[in-house]
Amino acid sequence: MREGSTPEATPAGPALFSFAHVGVLRDDRWILRDVTATVPPGAVTALVGHSGAGKTTLLRLCNRLEVPDTGTIAYHGRELSGSGVPAHRREVGMVFQQPALFGGTVRDNLLQALPDASEPQLRAAVAEVALPGTALDAPASRLSGGEAQRVCLARTLITRPAVLLLDEPTSALDADNRLAFEQLILGLVGGTAADGRAGVPAVWVTHDLHQVHRVADHVLVLDSGRVVHAGRPQDLPPPGARRDPSGARPPAAGTGPPGDVPGRGGAEGPPG
Amino acid sequence: MSGDVTWLGLSSSLLLVAVAVGVSRAIGLRLEAAIAWATVRAVTQLVLVGWALTIVIDSTRPLLWSWLWVAAMTAYAGVVTRRRAPEVPRVAVLATAASAASALVTLGVLFGFGVFPLQGRTLVPIAGLMIGNAMNATVLAGRRIVEQLRDQRAEVEARLALGHPARRAARPYLVTAVRTALIPQIETTRAVGLVFLPGAMTGLILGGVRPLDAVLVQAVVMFIVLASVTTTTTVVGLGLTGRLFTPDHRLLPLTRPAERPAGPGSRAGRWAPGRR
Repeated sequence: MREGSTPEATPAGPALFSFAHVGVLRDDRWILRDVTATVPPGAVTALVGHSGAGKTTLLRLCNRLEVPDTGTIAYHGRELSGSGVPAHRREVGMVFQQPALFGGTVRDNLLQALPDASEPQLRAAVAEVALPGTALDAPASRLSGGEAQRVCLARTLITRPAVLLLDEPTSALDADNRLAFEQLILGLVGGTAADGRAGVPAVWVTHDLHQVHRVADHVLVLDSGRVVHAGRPQDLPPPGARRDPSGARPPAAGTGPPGDVPGRGGAEGPPG
Repeated sequence: MSGDVTWLGLSSSLLLVAVAVGVSRAIGLRLEAAIAWATVRAVTQLVLVGWALTIVIDSTRPLLWSWLWVAAMTAYAGVVTRRRAPEVPRVAVLATAASAASALVTLGVLFGFGVFPLQGRTLVPIAGLMIGNAMNATVLAGRRIVEQLRDQRAEVEARLALGHPARRAARPYLVTAVRTALIPQIETTRAVGLVFLPGAMTGLILGGVRPLDAVLVQAVVMFIVLASVTTTTTVVGLGLTGRLFTPDHRLLPLTRPAERPAGPGSRAGRWAPGRR
């Protein structure tokens, strides 16, 4: 089992992820442009922005489901490259927006992730996401949206990732399930999960500012493929306020750091 | 052994074409010209091939000519496959590799165990049969694999995100695709003789061969096709995995045949971030 980074353990350690001049070009369009930013170790970093802002792409760069066309991404100070990708992906577990369960039962799904999992491990995996042990034999196709997303989380957690990458994991859930899912993640991040393992930092893509205020310790705001703000959620305009003043968009490529954006005042780097 | 049909007989059989043309005219199908043209093409192509085959598989000629004929068929199969399955990347190379693997298996067994004597007369038709089926199987399996991985992208990426290497992540979809390509062939093999009399047997019986002898040849032909289709689809499946994923285990963007992305435009440069 790997040690998770917690804010207490590594207050000023190397960034969990750092992006340097990252650009992603897809079908003749820059999805991300010259992104230079860091995800601090520990706690929850939210990636927020309108749809199409590049949040999901930025997240997918973190486990190399995407590769940048320019710039580099480093994990704990070590640049991600094309070698050892499966091992890196096991270290940074990902939960997608739409639960993508495989055929068969919940047990079959968990065994896909960890083929030699023991029965107690399987039971612990479903218990960790607040599902009963009987859920193991349920056909994956019969689960509700909330249950399916929990099974996806359990499937990701069973290999004990050191980081969680969450791509709008609650956007397909109703309000109750959304809050329950948030509590599960916050339990994991805070290290208060049932098995007492150390906290697992999370990078959480969301477009829901209320959710940002509920879960995040650090925020990167994206707009049109650029990081336009980095800082604490408290520094963001309150939910409901207009998030995207017309002057916020940088005028051209290759301008100064995102912190220069007028009216933001958010500085790069981890809070406190 | 020579067949019963003479040139005069062939001419008489054109009456059957005349019947088709007559029907077309009588009920206004307006297919008379198409039927006539197809007939002319069929007769010309078949006569040319028959004439070429006569030269190639002549028992006094070196077997090399037959092998060259086989090579030409393989190459042509690659071209046809690419036309029929344009959405499968580099399918022509795959089809050629699959045909070669299939040839190794079928020709190896048939000639290695002396099922047929290795002569131009046996080599060319067997290779033709095998390549034709390999080509169809390549198209079917290739399209199916691309379709599976494209439509199940979320699932495939979930598997990749669990740290599965590309080959392992692709495996369930390969299995489905190869099964789908094989099942029709198994059905055909099972129903043979009951539902239909297959071409080889029909041809041999028409040519005057005793039915039981014809049946033996037909059985071998079916086994050739079965082995050929199985080998081909497997080679295509394994080969495609390497092409649809990057070496660092990412699934490439797969487009539907109808919605290919536009070619590189000139606007991209405007938004290019600084490269440092």
